[in-house]
Amino acid sequence: MNAVPNRKVVMAALVALGAVALPLVVTQPSYQNFLILILMGAQLGVAWNILGGYAGQVSLGHAVFYGIGAYTSTVLSVKLGLSPWLGAPLGGLVAVAFSLAMGWPCFRLKGHYFAMATIAVAEIAQVLVTNSDVLEGAVGLSLPMAPTGWAPMVFATSKVPYYYLILGLLGLTLAVGWAIERSYIGYFFRAIKDEPEAARAVGVSLTRYKLVAIAASSFLTALGGTFYAQKELFIDPGSTFSTAISIKIALIAILGGVGSLFGPVLGAVILITIEEYSRILFGSTGAGTDMIIYALLIIVVAVYSPSGLMGVLRNLGRRVAARRAAKAEVRA
Amino acid sequence: MTFNIVLQVVVSGLLIGLIYALVAVGLSLIFGVMDIVNFAHGEFLMLGMYASFWGFSLFAFDPIFTLPLTALLLFAVGVVVYRTVIQRILTAPMLSQIFATFGLMILLRGVAQFLWRPDHRLVNHTIVDGNVVLGGIQFGLPQLVAAIGAVLVTGGLWFFLHRTRLGTALEATAIDKEAATLMGIDAQRMFALAWGIGAGCAGIAGALLTTFFPIFPEVGADFILTSFVVVVLGGFGSVVGAFYAGILVGLIEVCGGFFVGPAYKTAIVLSVLLLVLLVRPRGLMGRA
Repeated sequence: MNAVPNRKVVMAALVALGAVALPLVVTQPSYQNFLILILMGAQLGVAWNILGGYAGQVSLGHAVFYGIGAYTSTVLSVKLGLSPWLGAPLGGLVAVAFSLAMGWPCFRLKGHYFAMATIAVAEIAQVLVTNSDVLEGAVGLSLPMAPTGWAPMVFATSKVPYYYLILGLLGLTLAVGWAIERSYIGYFFRAIKDEPEAARAVGVSLTRYKLVAIAASSFLTALGGTFYAQKELFIDPGSTFSTAISIKIALIAILGGVGSLFGPVLGAVILITIEEYSRILFGSTGAGTDMIIYALLIIVVAVYSPSGLMGVLRNLGRRVAARRAAKAEVRA
Repeated sequence: MTFNIVLQVVVSGLLIGLIYALVAVGLSLIFGVMDIVNFAHGEFLMLGMYASFWGFSLFAFDPIFTLPLTALLLFAVGVVVYRTVIQRILTAPMLSQIFATFGLMILLRGVAQFLWRPDHRLVNHTIVDGNVVLGGIQFGLPQLVAAIGAVLVTGGLWFFLHRTRLGTALEATAIDKEAATLMGIDAQRMFALAWGIGAGCAGIAGALLTTFFPIFPEVGADFILTSFVVVVLGGFGSVVGAFYAGILVGLIEVCGGFFVGPAYKTAIVLSVLLLVLLVRPRGLMGRA
């Protein structure tokens, strides 16, 4: 039985090695950009999953944390010349403070109501930022294109540094997710999700652990926001705070598999691929095809496999294993 | 003069509020009967708008005349959606339920974008065109007709739910599914009926809106958030509550836009949602 976790570790190491080596094989900048988009989506999905998947609190307003991250580091960089290496964690802390202030009252709400409240909070934030003079409102903020290099986190000539940055951030996010999954906190999260009454009865403070979940999730989402700002060197409320982004983040996790560590990575690969390829294949005449394809995927997943594509894979794996076992038995 | 302006603002808030009420009653009905929030409800409205638009641009049928057809069409859409998707997730975890209707929302938007392109379209010169001046207050005839239509349909729905046998059966299912089933009510049929009626109401609202509102694939997004506010304020499941709350939300939105600034309209309305959720989650008239 010991071989199973070992095989998992080997697999993970191989995948990580492959991811690190990938830019050596994929040298065309447009494809590198495509890979970066996938990693960005995956990182946000894994971060969302900590709250939505493990603790079962469906947020449809994660763009608010993403926007806070992007705006905090960008404002600090533009107005005070602060490095994004400091701006990113600061943005994360602002997002954590905001998430706690939001979570404290909202966690009393159940299911649908919580989801609606998160949409409302993010939409209100978008309106406020759009109408804020300090944040340049709807015009948006631009970061200087020079100097370039690792210290200012700006790269002009190559996409590769961005690739490694977001790969590292995804690694960090997965590590946090993994640590939570393995620790007692993870058990509490699952207890909150599956049996809230029982969890309360044995003394698990529901609100406290939900707050832990939203804090971790919002911090990591804000880091993703800073990465986006550094990559695009331009942010506006629509590209950071909009509900469309919240929805995309949630979809990545849902499609891949809510509550599974690597589910959102799988979800991001599929969703971003569909999005980019339908754009190339159909251009503007095929507007909506990407939405149709992934909506159908989501509906099918919601109806037939609530645990997402990861659940489908797991079932397949189990079936194959069972068949093998049966064959082995016959042979014996 | 100032009084007149305030009155003008109040009247326009009232008129749009009645439309909000009509969109929200369907949402509330569906939730009340089976505890499912339909994130795709705004898309039913969008489909109603497109149905009216195509009737108008292809056959020159006025949206007001095709209204019964639009209602029937959307009723059918609601029933089909129930039978194909919702029926399968009745006992699924809440997460799956959210995602299923959420997926529907994206699907219908995608289909609309694909078939009809993301352009804004308008229906011009319907039979309800121009302005009405009444007691020094001016308002658009389309808005007035839409509001009257909304009142009639919402009233009709109330009558159906409380004064007819079928409607009472629907209400009974909403209150206690098991007991209703024991009384010989086919719960599945009632659920399908709720989706049909809910979608039909949204379709009628869409048809009424086409006389003065642009039609585009994402138009539902504008209305779904407001509908959530209305439904939460009125109390999930309460048709009467949704009616009053719709008017209230319309007033808050228009007055907020007028006194604070149009840019803050959405934020103000959504603050109401947060406030109600946190202070009185069961709304004005919801079941405890």
